[in-house]
Amino acid sequence: MSKGSDIFLQNVSKVVVFIVLAFALYLFFTGHSSPGGGFIAGLMSAGALLLLALAYDIETVRKVVPVDFKLVTAAGLLIALCTGSGALFFGEPFLKHAFGYFDLPLLGKTELHTALIFDLGVYLAVVGVTMTILLTIGEDN
Amino acid sequence: MNNWVAAPLLIPLFTAVLLIFLHNKLALQRWISLLSALLNAGVSVILMIQVRSNGIQTLNMSGWAPPYGIVLVADMFAVLLVLSAAIVSACCFWYSFRGIDEERERHYFYSLVHFMLAGVNGSFLTGDLFNLFVCFELMLMSSYALIVLGGTKRQFRETLHYILINVLSSTLFVASVAYLYGAVGTLNLAHLSQRIGELGPSGPITVVSALLLVVFSVKAGLFLFFWLPGSYGAPPAAISALFGALLTKVGMYALIRAFTLVFYHETTVIHTLIGIMGVATILLGGFGAVSQTNVNRILGYNVIASIGFISLALAVSNEDALKGAVFYLVHDMIVKALLFLLAGILVAETGTERINRMGGVLTHSPLLAWMFFIASLAVVGIPPLSGFPGKLLIVQGSLESGQYVLAAAGVLLTLLLLYSLIKIFILGFWGKPRRPREMKWKQPRKLLLSSAPLMLLIVLLGVFAEPVMPYMQRAADILTDPSIYIQAVLKE
Repeated sequence: MSKGSDIFLQNVSKVVVFIVLAFALYLFFTGHSSPGGGFIAGLMSAGALLLLALAYDIETVRKVVPVDFKLVTAAGLLIALCTGSGALFFGEPFLKHAFGYFDLPLLGKTELHTALIFDLGVYLAVVGVTMTILLTIGEDN
Repeated sequence: MNNWVAAPLLIPLFTAVLLIFLHNKLALQRWISLLSALLNAGVSVILMIQVRSNGIQTLNMSGWAPPYGIVLVADMFAVLLVLSAAIVSACCFWYSFRGIDEERERHYFYSLVHFMLAGVNGSFLTGDLFNLFVCFELMLMSSYALIVLGGTKRQFRETLHYILINVLSSTLFVASVAYLYGAVGTLNLAHLSQRIGELGPSGPITVVSALLLVVFSVKAGLFLFFWLPGSYGAPPAAISALFGALLTKVGMYALIRAFTLVFYHETTVIHTLIGIMGVATILLGGFGAVSQTNVNRILGYNVIASIGFISLALAVSNEDALKGAVFYLVHDMIVKALLFLLAGILVAETGTERINRMGGVLTHSPLLAWMFFIASLAVVGIPPLSGFPGKLLIVQGSLESGQYVLAAAGVLLTLLLLYSLIKIFILGFWGKPRRPREMKWKQPRKLLLSSAPLMLLIVLLGVFAEPVMPYMQRAADILTDPSIYIQAVLKE
C-alpha cells in the first residue's frame, strides 16, 4: 500500500488506535482475577500498532514507537523471570507471588500484587515478539 | 519443596535474555555462554547429590500442590540427563568460539542455544504432560531458528522439512493431550499413572498412548526419521552436535518416561509395537549409515540407529535393560556430540563432506584421526569405552526376557555401525593426502581442544563404569517401580 492512499482509514485509525490501546490497558489491569491479562493486552496493543502500520506505513510505526522490539521482548522476559525468581530469595517456591492492600491517593484501598509485574513482563514480551514478526514480514515487501 | 530443581531451567533462560542485550559484544557473549553452561553443570551435580542422599526432589511451582499445580520433578534419570546436557553444551559453546562464524554469533546464536537448553532441561525435569509440551515447543522453536541461521539454500530446504514435520507432530501432541485430559481428567504424570491404573485396561487409553508414541517417535527419530539425516547435516557442526546429542534424546526420554511411568499397565500392544519399531529403526538406520557417503548423513543415520537400540530396552522393560538404557543414553549424548564436532573439523580440514573426495587426513592431523577412531570404537561398544556397559546390559536384558530377535538386532547394529564409521576412517583418514581446499576456519585443529573433554569422558565413563553404576541403578529403580515416583510427587 502506498503512503497516504486512504484518507478515511488514516483519520479513523487516529482515533481508534487510542480506543484500542485504552482497552488493552483495561484488559491488562483487570486480568488478575477476571478474563484479560498481559498476554491478551499485549496482542491488543500490537493490533493497534498494526492498524497504524496498515493505515500509514511501517516507517510511521517506527517513528511513533522508536524502540527496537527485540529488546522489548528481552526486557519483558527479563522482568517476568526476575519476578518469578524473586520468590527464591524469600525461601518460597519459584513463581510464588506476594500481594498486599495499600491505601493509595484517589484509588483508596487497592490490592497490589507481584503477579502484575510478572504480567507486565508478559505484556512486553508479547508486544515485542508480535511487532518483530510483523515488521520483519513487512520489510520483505 | 526444593528450588534447586528450577535452577537448570532458570540459568539458561536468564543467560539467553541477557545475551539478547549483548548481541554485538561477541567476546562477552562467548564467555558468558561457557560460564553459564559450566554453572549449569555445577548445579546439576548439586542436584544429583541431593537426589542421591534424599531421594526424588520436587518443586511445586508457585506453591500449588499437585495434581492441581505444575510440578518439577528431579529423579536420578532426569538429573543424569540434565548433567550430560550441560557438559555437552559447555563443550559445544567452547567449540563455537572458532567453529561458528561471527555473522551467526551476532544473530543471537548463543541466545538461541540457551533457549533450546532451557527447553531441553525443562523437558527432562517436568512432571506434567502439558508442561512437557511447552518445553518441547521452546526447544523446537529455538531449533527452527538455529537450523536456518545463516540462510544458505540447503538450510532453507531442510528447515522447511524440519518445521513441517515438527508442527504436524506438535499438533498431534496437543490433540492427544486434550484427549487424555478428557478421558482421565488430569495431566500430572504421577496422577495420570494412578488414574489409568484405577481405570484398568481400556481401548481409548491405548489409542491415546499410541498417538503419544507416534508424537514422541517423530521427535526421537524412532522409525519416523526420514527428515532427520538431512536436517541435522544442514547447519554448522556445533549446531548439528547439539541437535544430534540433545534433541532426539529428549524424544527418547519422553518415550521412556511415558511408557514406564504412565502407560505401563497394559504392555501387549504398545510395547510390542515399540519393539518392532526399534528393530526396523536399527535395520533402516544401520543400512542407511552404511550406504551413505556424506559424513554428516552417516552420522545422522548413526543417531537414528542408536535411538532404535535404546528403544529395544523400552520394549523389554526389565531392570537390566532399563539400567542399560539410562547408561546408553548418557553415553550416546556425549559420544554423538563428540562425533559431530570431530566431523566438523574433518570437513573443515578437507573442504568437502563427501568421504570419497577426502583422504590422507591421518598424515597431517593424526590427533584428529585417532580421536575419531576412539569415538567410533565407543559408538560400537568396544569394552574399555563407555558404549560397552550400556550395550551389554540392554542385550543381556533382552536375553533375560527371551527376546532373542531384539538381542540379535542389537548385535547386528554393532556390526553395521562399525562398518559405517570405519568407512569414514578408511576413506577419509587413510590414503593419499589431497590438496586441501581453502580453509573455512582459522586453524581448525585448535578446535580439537574443545572436543577433548568429551573424549576424556567417554573413556572415564567406560573405565569407571563400576562406581557410576549405582547412579544408573537408582534411575532404573524408578523406571521399573513407578510407585516411587508417584509417592514422591503426590506425597501420599
